[in-house]
Amino acid sequence: MEEKIQKVPAGESQMPKVAPAKTSESPSKPEKRAFILSSSPHIQAEEDVAKIMRAVVYALLPTAVFGIYFFGWRALVMMLVGIAAAVLTEALLNLVQKKPQTISDGSAVVTGLLLVLTLPPSLPYWMIIVGAFVAIFIGKQLFGGLGYNIFNPALLGRAFLQASFPIPMTTWTMPRTIDAITTATPLGSFKFEKTLTPYLNLFMGNVGGCVGETSALAIIIGGLFLLYKKYADWRIPVSYLTTVAIFGSLFWLINPAKYPDPIFHLFSGGLMLGAFFMATDMVTTPVTPKGSWIFGIGAGIILVIIRLFGGLPEGVMYSILLMNAFTPLINRYTRPKFFGEAKHV
Amino acid sequence: MSLKTFAKGVHPAEFKSLSEDKPIEKMPLPSEVFIPLQQHIGAPCTPVVEKGQMVKTGQVIGKSGGFVSSTIHATITGKIKTIEKFPHPLGINVPMVNIMAEGEEELLPLENLPEKWENASREEILDIILRAGIVGLGGAAFPTQVKLNPPKGKSIDTFIVNGCECEPFLTADHRMMLEQSQELLTGIRIIMKVLNVKRTFIGIEANKMNAVDTLRQATKSFSEITVVPLKVKYPQGAEKMLIDAILNRHVPPGGLPLDVGVVVQNVGTTIAIAQAVTAGKPLIERVVTVTGDAINEPKNVLVRIGTSFQQLLDFCGGLTNNAAKIIMGGPMMGVAQSSLQVPVIKATSGIVCLSDKYTQAKPIYPCIQCGNCVSACPMNLLPTRLARYAEVGNLIMAENLGILNCIECGSCAFVCPAHIPLVQQIRLGKLQINELKRKSKSI
Repeated sequence: MEEKIQKVPAGESQMPKVAPAKTSESPSKPEKRAFILSSSPHIQAEEDVAKIMRAVVYALLPTAVFGIYFFGWRALVMMLVGIAAAVLTEALLNLVQKKPQTISDGSAVVTGLLLVLTLPPSLPYWMIIVGAFVAIFIGKQLFGGLGYNIFNPALLGRAFLQASFPIPMTTWTMPRTIDAITTATPLGSFKFEKTLTPYLNLFMGNVGGCVGETSALAIIIGGLFLLYKKYADWRIPVSYLTTVAIFGSLFWLINPAKYPDPIFHLFSGGLMLGAFFMATDMVTTPVTPKGSWIFGIGAGIILVIIRLFGGLPEGVMYSILLMNAFTPLINRYTRPKFFGEAKHV
Repeated sequence: MSLKTFAKGVHPAEFKSLSEDKPIEKMPLPSEVFIPLQQHIGAPCTPVVEKGQMVKTGQVIGKSGGFVSSTIHATITGKIKTIEKFPHPLGINVPMVNIMAEGEEELLPLENLPEKWENASREEILDIILRAGIVGLGGAAFPTQVKLNPPKGKSIDTFIVNGCECEPFLTADHRMMLEQSQELLTGIRIIMKVLNVKRTFIGIEANKMNAVDTLRQATKSFSEITVVPLKVKYPQGAEKMLIDAILNRHVPPGGLPLDVGVVVQNVGTTIAIAQAVTAGKPLIERVVTVTGDAINEPKNVLVRIGTSFQQLLDFCGGLTNNAAKIIMGGPMMGVAQSSLQVPVIKATSGIVCLSDKYTQAKPIYPCIQCGNCVSACPMNLLPTRLARYAEVGNLIMAENLGILNCIECGSCAFVCPAHIPLVQQIRLGKLQINELKRKSKSI
């Protein structure tokens, strides 16, 4: 520093003298400019809700491509119909309710796409439209729109279709067939005929099932992308899948003839899609880290119980919807301890 | 080896390169100053001078009574033009002493200094700090002699110098550590004597390794002083986070560092203590980082308290044409300014000038419960809930969820993808709760 402060005996005024008051500038003339006033912080990370939604769509692309590969161009048309119906429903409802338009946040695109990925490949188009309408209308807008819904909208739409059209919703087609030969899903054939599907088929996805649920490989690729981008809480897929594996093994060890092994549990049905893309929906899952563990563990237990003891072969949808209902409660009871609240020293 | 740090927090871009290599420049004396009579937490000062009176630099112009109080000095030699209300950087009009430079600059040093500070008593040193008007220069402006005088029953075993400077853009503390290491060392030794502690840590974020090296060199022969490089993470410089990182002690909710046996002082404050005690220099100037992408010549400037932002910015080449926001302090916790007429105060650590590139309004979405704010909050709060309860006026729930523990560091709003003004809403909730508490107390 230029000014050296020297020690001065008390009482003497021998401080270094600064040059007589003069300035390099003319007396201050405040600039007449308007500056922006806002609360801190004044910088933000490059994050955006619409960006997150876009990332989810990108993460679903491998799954969508595999779906089209296995179930033909009809699958692509189904996806386009589902997305269009979801976006249009939201746009119309906003118009009717005289609310600001919200479709640009991209969440309706995600809902429409996710819904179709959980539907049988031969489902009539009009049913897809009904499902998308219910997903957006009852699943989301009735609660107040994005952020306020309790249940995953896509799953709610699917639950509605399942209840309304049980036959088309459980009619499965063989992958890579031209004439859409009907078949059973791996879970269905196990539950009702006790036949196992080869693991490699389960992993690649050339088995009967919903448009986007059959290929574990494609789902894991997209899911890892989401986890890498931190747009999905890793705790949920980890706890959900681990619980299914552990809880499933328990029964398998008790009676391997009656109950399927954990690998079959993990790679069959909609578990992968549910674990990476449905149970990680930010809006309908807990905000606290501890809550995320509870959510995943709870969903895993419910899933295994439905698969093994319920009337349906598959339970991913209900396991997640049920845990969605518990989310507000979980949030309330898993508040992190305040900094310094826990005895630390 | 992994560096010490605290849990959670965020990683904003640093922007320090704009000014970190610029040595501290002394600004020529301003033609006039506006010195607020309250620049610290506690009782405001009453003026002890009159309109028209001549004052010398360092002359006391304001005093306050009470335990939490401080002293205000003239910062240039000249004539008092007026004492009235002028705009203050915190957005209010407060009484200020307006001095026009006149006559030869002359500094009145503090009186009754000890021959050698080593021989001075604790009370003598605390008295000098009070008379020198030293307050926390990191931004909180809490009177330093109070902080160094813990109430009976609180035993202090550690002193920590806060050299984190975790706010993006700011480099004043960094430059001081490089250029004034000897004064910093003297300040540390004075404080250790006052507090009667046997060990000191200097916490410095690892993006300032040259300062770490400089201070390790300077404190080589003092085994009781340890320089601790810390992980670069915001808000590492928040007192509670700093104590956690270095000592792994957690200040309880509503508590102070002294509840865990620690006193923390900022680098600038520690140096100001050395200058006051050894050379009788009152707090009449401070180092301010003038930076941002909307200022022509980013600099670290030693400037007299009371200099208007306008004059200081002119000294730094003036604003660029696309300047859109002027912030006192750093971009995470600083206060946006509407006018450049406001003066530099004791708590002005920096002036960050941002262009319109940083001020584009972003769309505000509803909360999508992503939990980013929860993962970022260093105080382990649920910012989205606190903001919501504050917004709808459910102050009881907000308080139950610990809204008063919020340190307003801005980490939550920084990471919010919905761009919700979380800190603003939480701050409002805190204000309302504190207001209600004051009222219920006064009944």
